[in-house]
Amino acid sequence: MRELLIIAVVSALVNNVVLSQFLGLCPFLGVSKKVKTAAGMGAAVIFVITLASAVAALIDRYVLAPNGLTYLETIVFILVIAALVQFVEMVLKKFMPALYQALGVYLPLITTNCAVLGVALTNVQKSYSVLTSVVNGFATAAGFTIAIVILAGIREKMEYNDVPESFKGMPITMIAAGLMAIAFCGFSGLL
Amino acid sequence: MNKALERLYNGLIKENPTLVLTLGMCPTLAVTTSAMNGAGMGLSTTVVLVLSNAFISLLRKIIPNKVRIPAFIVIIASFVTVVQLLLQGYVPSVYDSLGIYIPLIVVNCIILGRAESYAYSNPVIPSLFDGLGMGLGFTAALTVIGACRELLGAGQIFGVQLLGPDNIFYQVNGLKPLAMMLAGYVNISIFVMAPGAFFVLASIIALMNRIKRNAAKKGKIKEETAKRAAGCQSDCTHCGDTGCGHRFYDPNDSDKKKDKEGQEDA
Repeated sequence: MRELLIIAVVSALVNNVVLSQFLGLCPFLGVSKKVKTAAGMGAAVIFVITLASAVAALIDRYVLAPNGLTYLETIVFILVIAALVQFVEMVLKKFMPALYQALGVYLPLITTNCAVLGVALTNVQKSYSVLTSVVNGFATAAGFTIAIVILAGIREKMEYNDVPESFKGMPITMIAAGLMAIAFCGFSGLL
Repeated sequence: MNKALERLYNGLIKENPTLVLTLGMCPTLAVTTSAMNGAGMGLSTTVVLVLSNAFISLLRKIIPNKVRIPAFIVIIASFVTVVQLLLQGYVPSVYDSLGIYIPLIVVNCIILGRAESYAYSNPVIPSLFDGLGMGLGFTAALTVIGACRELLGAGQIFGVQLLGPDNIFYQVNGLKPLAMMLAGYVNISIFVMAPGAFFVLASIIALMNRIKRNAAKKGKIKEETAKRAAGCQSDCTHCGDTGCGHRFYDPNDSDKKKDKEGQEDA
């Protein structure tokens, strides 16, 4: 239990997926204009990454590893993730239309989010058990949500600021993200 | 041959994937702690890009239109695995320093983007050179970013000490004054850490923006026309241009934006 908690804190804060590992930057920079949409994206990412890391861990443990096919990890995982996102989309549309409405366009966008594949591969590389993988996946996604919501908050405030012409848009967002990354470096003293 | 050269120029300068199209940001920021790492990542991506472009172009008449994206992904993932195993076998030092970012070449949007927008509809030789041009453009950008970070953060470029107490100029006859001047440099170690990546890339993109704006002022490019020509349809949800400052994901809002623009046009 203690170990799981440590893994969760490390993945969510110390090794934050966007600010120190640079995974999932496209949605992080693209969908962070408003706190509301950012939170929606965060929820979708938590949902998909937790599910994907469970499925990937199961496949790796019970299909790939016993047959000595671990070199196929990359191919299998990316296909599994793409299929999973499609499947989740269909299931949600059929059985939970409210949630489907809420997640909206973010679901299909997640397939191209490298954080999903990144987490699945990290879990395998560190040879986590299935339970640990799920916890790690959830914590990583939670870290993503924390970061994107904070950045969206900053960008909402920044709308009213006088930004130099050349820095408008992407550059100033990256500077803000850089400052956040400095703040998140502080968490490394946590453990 | 002309076509091939044109593709190379296009990838390296005109449509540089990192600096102009701002695609593939994750590896750009993650592995550029040194010029060497940047170059290693860039070259691995180039190899995958050239092979996948050539292969997809070869199979373009066989792959059915409806399942093309999964087919592309499988082809790309296979080549990535090949490159990964080769690196692991022959250059383990690069393999160790790039780590998880090698398998993640699969999700680099440059590769899928070129497959979809060029290789699937063009013959083999131009596709091959398109991949080479784009790959080298990516490599050049990554190496430059890596060099900036390495120079500011560790006083080195490609591992050669240029700044700081024991810099290389001490060993060159007649450059002692210069060496003594540079010896006073103190490493700004934040540039080799995560935040530095954001700062360097932000500055480089701002610089590119400035150059573009000046060109637009001189009447070389009209920004709006350039955007339209690049295919901006105010549909940010399906747009690959992640560097676009007006990017918007909220479907309702982007519809509103479209309506508004429609009214303005009318």
